[in-house]
Amino acid sequence: MASRDDIKFLSNPNIGNNRKKYCRFRKYGIKYIDYKDPDFLKQFVNEQGKILPRRITGNSLKFQRRIATAVKRSRHLAMMPYVTDLLK
Amino acid sequence: MRQYEVTFIVDPVLSGDEVKSTVNTYKKLLEDAGCTIVNLDEMGLRQLAYPINRRNTGVYFCIEFQPTSGEAIDSMELSFRRDERIMRFLTVKLDKYGIKYNDDKRNGRIGSSKKEEVKKEEVKSAKTEKAAPKKEAPKKEETSKKEEAPVAVEENNTPVEKADVTPTDNEGDKA
Repeated sequence: MASRDDIKFLSNPNIGNNRKKYCRFRKYGIKYIDYKDPDFLKQFVNEQGKILPRRITGNSLKFQRRIATAVKRSRHLAMMPYVTDLLK
Repeated sequence: MRQYEVTFIVDPVLSGDEVKSTVNTYKKLLEDAGCTIVNLDEMGLRQLAYPINRRNTGVYFCIEFQPTSGEAIDSMELSFRRDERIMRFLTVKLDKYGIKYNDDKRNGRIGSSKKEEVKKEEVKSAKTEKAAPKKEAPKKEETSKKEEAPVAVEENNTPVEKADVTPTDNEGDKA
């Protein structure tokens, strides 16, 4: 017999209440962003290697600025591409 | 004293000894200019994200140093520009967090910033896990007691039912 718990929702019930974004640097106390670590910086760019805006990453202004400089530095050192397709 | 960090890419076409000698010339150049070298990190041969001078790979090096005057950096950068063996370079002034980060990295306290994050998340989840069982434990006891009572009743009933059921099944099979 199907109990009450077995009933599945027709639409995703979590679709309305989206989780609040937060600045991971504030939350975990990361104070320095290394420009020599492209794997970490990859999280903040899109597939074409463009830096993602703050409204998507949820970073605070201070750390978004630092991310941007770190990405630009690693681009200069050819650790990250200026332009590509299918980075991820 | 201010601390700087210079990262540069050496041409991979050079042999291992030639690469070492180029790095040593810059190390000496900095030392002669009165800098104290904190660390020399060889990051090794890496794939470039885009071709530079028709090369797809490069040997990365990173020198951390404390100069006595800014002129040392100027002379170093000038010789980098003149040198054909150097493909790219970048000099950065480290803030106090940068110094600490590099120090921690050298001593193996962090593999990468990614791992640091994961560790912290793990610690957090561990804390919540520890807190959670304490809350759950008393509830479980209550529920188990409740469950025990009906089960006991059922156990009394079941043998009778089974006795009733089994003969009928056998009869069905025979038929």
